[in-house]
Amino acid sequence: MDIVLSILIHSVAFTALLYLISVGLSVTMGLMGFVNLAHGVFAMVGGYVTATLITAVHLPWWAAIALTPFIVSGIGVVVEKVLYSRLYGKAELDQVLFSIGLLFVASAVAQELYGPLLIQIPMPASLLEPIQVLGVSTSSYKLVLVAVGASVALAVLYALERTTLGAMIRAAVENRTMAEGLGLNTSLLFSGTFALGTGLAALGGAIGAELFPITPAYGFVYLVYFMIVVAIAGLGTVRGAFIASFLVALISTISAYFLPEYGTIVLFAGVFLLLLVRPQGLFGRVS
Amino acid sequence: MTVKMTRRTAAKMIGGAIGGALAAPMILGRAAAANPVKVGMIYTTSGVFASSGDIMSKSAKLFLKHEAPAILGDHTIELIERDDTGPNPDVAKRLATELITRDRVNFIAGLQWTPNTNAIAPVLTAGKTPGVIMNATGAVTTRLSPYLVRFSQTLWQSCYYMGVWAARNRMKKAYVLVTDFSPGHDAEAAFHLGFTESGGEVIEQVRMPIRNPDFTPFLQRVLDANPDALFCFNPGGPQATTFMRAYAELGLRDKGIKLIGSGYLTGDDELPNMGAAAEGVFTSHFYSAAAERPANQHFRDLWQAEYGDVLWNELAIGTWDGMAAICQAVAETNGADDSDAVIESLRRFWTKDSPRGTVQIDSETRDIIQNIYIREVKMVDGVPQNIEFETFESVKDPWKERNPA
Repeated sequence: MDIVLSILIHSVAFTALLYLISVGLSVTMGLMGFVNLAHGVFAMVGGYVTATLITAVHLPWWAAIALTPFIVSGIGVVVEKVLYSRLYGKAELDQVLFSIGLLFVASAVAQELYGPLLIQIPMPASLLEPIQVLGVSTSSYKLVLVAVGASVALAVLYALERTTLGAMIRAAVENRTMAEGLGLNTSLLFSGTFALGTGLAALGGAIGAELFPITPAYGFVYLVYFMIVVAIAGLGTVRGAFIASFLVALISTISAYFLPEYGTIVLFAGVFLLLLVRPQGLFGRVS
Repeated sequence: MTVKMTRRTAAKMIGGAIGGALAAPMILGRAAAANPVKVGMIYTTSGVFASSGDIMSKSAKLFLKHEAPAILGDHTIELIERDDTGPNPDVAKRLATELITRDRVNFIAGLQWTPNTNAIAPVLTAGKTPGVIMNATGAVTTRLSPYLVRFSQTLWQSCYYMGVWAARNRMKKAYVLVTDFSPGHDAEAAFHLGFTESGGEVIEQVRMPIRNPDFTPFLQRVLDANPDALFCFNPGGPQATTFMRAYAELGLRDKGIKLIGSGYLTGDDELPNMGAAAEGVFTSHFYSAAAERPANQHFRDLWQAEYGDVLWNELAIGTWDGMAAICQAVAETNGADDSDAVIESLRRFWTKDSPRGTVQIDSETRDIIQNIYIREVKMVDGVPQNIEFETFESVKDPWKERNPA
């Protein structure tokens, strides 16, 4: 029982982080059909921006975390308008090459500005103290991570499923030509969604820096996890991204606990089998 | 027409090459005294591991600036730095070949990675070029070429003696957690031998995947097994800090499970990132940046005057002593033109003034004989530091002692 509980608690914290970073990728890929391998870059930028806000501007951790998504969203909009928008509707290979190129450039710029070592995001010491939750030792940092992940998940779900804006986004994901025919400004919608996705990734990168440390190689190292979440979920599904994040976290935690030597093999083999059976992912639609 | 052109061009090239080959020794012979001795440095200065090559480069230049002139006399040394981009044997082998055939270096040094050094070994033998290992820790490496001499350590040295020390200090049951890659396997085997020989019992050995996002479940398993000590080896860098945070968070320390490992678990340059989470961790290593030996204080003063707040670790010391041996060999052989004489000089290298203490090359194995220090992480003025408190003096590589050539 203790084991079940501790696995669940640890998985939920990992889920929150995966979800925060990946949900934007799922939505933008579904919406724009853009193969954006550079998504992790915005999480990394989030980490660097937060670290800079704390060490250079002397903001408290909370304030820096809250401010970061807006700054990175702004950067995201510029990058989308200047770079990404040129490749909409182009061949997938072009998009892959472009986004991999962006990943290399971002990594090199980060190394030039911040050096090759990991950057520490100074956190209130109280967050790192071990605490007991239902008899399982964890830290209040992980509780904060879970709380933020859960609130964002609920907010995004509500916004997409209950608001007019959400209806527009879903309509554009479903059938872009029809949505444009009905007078939707899809270009504006794309920019807005891209900004939201990058903002959430930045939030995830900043708040999750204790689990996924911020280094110039960030975008490469964790790319596979973000892609797996999107692959399992299917494109353009917010609910799917949440469930997929939880599955990935749960499977890696369980397999690491019970079959430590085969930890990653279990996860990757599972994804492999799933994609054989359902290439569109669990919640994706066949186009 | 094309064929004729090609033949003529080819003939010219062959003629040129013969002429060049004949001329080369004469030019070299005439100018030997004035020409600098060339040292080809191979380490990683880009990508994820860029900081390690950077430390080695800084240390080599620091030595050349402050210490070398007194040893070298009229000779000078020119460093030719090459980036092997990481554990990348093909690139390293190509760089070594170019350095030997085109740049005509007298030494290949740096040699940060074991797989890269293993790939370079046959090139050194063929080119009769001495190779000075300043970091690679694989035990077998120095056997792969008679031209390799090591100034760092073998992982067996630190991990074996960690096992011996732990068993002698009331740790009866140990849990072994290593990353599933070659150094991890070395660490696992060395600790296991040292620990069990001295009466300890290893209750479980687990290898973690190298791309591992979350250490929590592994540590939860250790918590449930409740050993006296957890021996861990991970690749260092960001993973080292994440691991340390997870160790603190899961409360292993409060349960009385001591975390022990080789010095890479609490690297001197990573410790500030780990903060209080690393307090009380026991490690074994050939060097601590915080050591109070006069030679280390001298090194620290030079380094801080030159590079300010930039932190260093054992990489700087492997490089420092390697450069000392190179300079001494250049002086003794009057220019390092005779590579066999150079190897003889390197084999006899001995100093009591290394920042790590007394250091000697085992002339039989060309591997290093040095002290292994047991250290504990303690907070000094709010900053965690590796504080040495016990010493295994002048130890050889335990693997070679048990596996004679």
